[in-house]
Amino acid sequence: MIISILKDAIASKYESFVMQDSKVSIDTNVIIKLSKFPEFMQLIRDDKDFKFDILLDHTAVDYIDENVFHLVYHLYSSSYNHQVIVLVEVPRDKPVVSTLCNIWRIAEWQEREVFDLFGILYNNHPDLRRIFLEDDWVGFPLRKNYKDNFMLEK
Amino acid sequence: MTIHLKTLNEILHNLDEKKHWGTKEYFINMGPQHPSTHGVLRFVLKLEGEIIKEIIPILGYIHRGIEKIGESVSYRNFVHLTDRCDYFSSIINNWAVSRTIEQALNMETNDRIETIRTIFAEIQRIQSHTMWWGVFGMDLGAFTPFFYGFRDREFLTSIVEETCGSRLTMNYIQPGGVLYDIKSNFIKRIKQYIQYLRPRIEEYEKLISDNVIVQKRTENIGILPSEKALSFGSTGPVLRASGIPLDLRKNDSYGVYDKVKFSVVIGTKGDSWDRYWIRIEEMRQSLNIIEQLVDNIPAGKHMVTKYTTKIKLPVGYHHSSIETARGILGIFVASDGMENPYRIHMRSPNYNNLWSITDMAVGLKISDLVTIVSTLDLIIPDVDR
Repeated sequence: MIISILKDAIASKYESFVMQDSKVSIDTNVIIKLSKFPEFMQLIRDDKDFKFDILLDHTAVDYIDENVFHLVYHLYSSSYNHQVIVLVEVPRDKPVVSTLCNIWRIAEWQEREVFDLFGILYNNHPDLRRIFLEDDWVGFPLRKNYKDNFMLEK
Repeated sequence: MTIHLKTLNEILHNLDEKKHWGTKEYFINMGPQHPSTHGVLRFVLKLEGEIIKEIIPILGYIHRGIEKIGESVSYRNFVHLTDRCDYFSSIINNWAVSRTIEQALNMETNDRIETIRTIFAEIQRIQSHTMWWGVFGMDLGAFTPFFYGFRDREFLTSIVEETCGSRLTMNYIQPGGVLYDIKSNFIKRIKQYIQYLRPRIEEYEKLISDNVIVQKRTENIGILPSEKALSFGSTGPVLRASGIPLDLRKNDSYGVYDKVKFSVVIGTKGDSWDRYWIRIEEMRQSLNIIEQLVDNIPAGKHMVTKYTTKIKLPVGYHHSSIETARGILGIFVASDGMENPYRIHMRSPNYNNLWSITDMAVGLKISDLVTIVSTLDLIIPDVDR
């Protein structure tokens, strides 16, 4: 199914979950309210119409001017072969979100990667520590305001 | 709200304190230089005798920050970084980025380009699988397959070298086309190769598949049931071995895959044998695809845009995914309308396939872990990026 149609289907079925007043205007994706986020993910995985049984990807985007992080969840359904991107907006000064480990097991490691590179904190994550960088690394490299002594000026 | 950041030392210390088994447990490092980890991957194993109780993968030994570099280079330059990730499907990686850009710009390519791309993607799949087959034999302790695998890959490498000029980090596919047109004797040599490899695959089967030791070491070892495989985010041959027919070549039908006949091979149990056998069968399917395409490559240009045109994607999110030799490679771009991507992310198949071993290998022996790692077909530069 084409993503925009699927997006409309989700947005109409789960109207109360969708966030309308996002600071970053992105048309083609579903943005979910932070307060209802893990509940929505559980619902949409078990929903007979969508059956998103694979969490294909999870990453983040740092919007430093708007002072938010966008958390990107890429869902795939192996039975219907459709996919959608679900976004959650978290404030940059308090980047805390619930973990999805108990819904998809791969989330545990994908969230560790995002924690390592962006510093997003996941509530109730069983093993939140750095995955690529050293344990004593200072800062989160994929944030837009990251600086260290080894970086080259362009 | 409880968020406690642990270090690896703390975890090992905590695990060490819980001595409730009778015999003495110990930790052992496997890697980062262990030959069966195919690169610099490190496992910390908690063992009781030779039985694995817990397995902790440790990554980052070849982390180069490709996503961070990607934010300061143009889209065209980023294409050349992707073949440093999964170097055995480098042309398919190039295609993934190109496809994302072409979708975002609504760029139409012609049939010749798509056919050439499909042929080269299948060439990459075959050379990746022959290479994997050789390494698999060596992991199990047989040296002969390693040389056979390299010998058969060499043939293909020289064909690709003739077209695109490099032997390992093959840059070929670009947004809007392919870098060079195919050479005049490409079709002849590819046909020779198809004739050459078909009997070789039978030989592979005689040498490894029919071997009782190999069968005993792979059957019912490292079983990954389909629900677990989905939950662990596995894709590619690993997921198909568990019986889920998810193959983007069929389900998404990019390139000219909708014009050729081939079957998606699936396994039944999801054990190491299924993962082994699927790749052998996929080589045959890839040969079939190339054979159907190579005689009717349409005429046309090999590039629809100029190589020097600057690429600026519209503001917003763009993504597309593609089936590499190891699973789904997704490219996610957040664009702010400039020449460089605001954020570019690779969903690498190996990173996501790797984690199922933390479940699969528990309760087995170290030698079984070697088999499992080998049948997952990991490329560590793609895990670490």
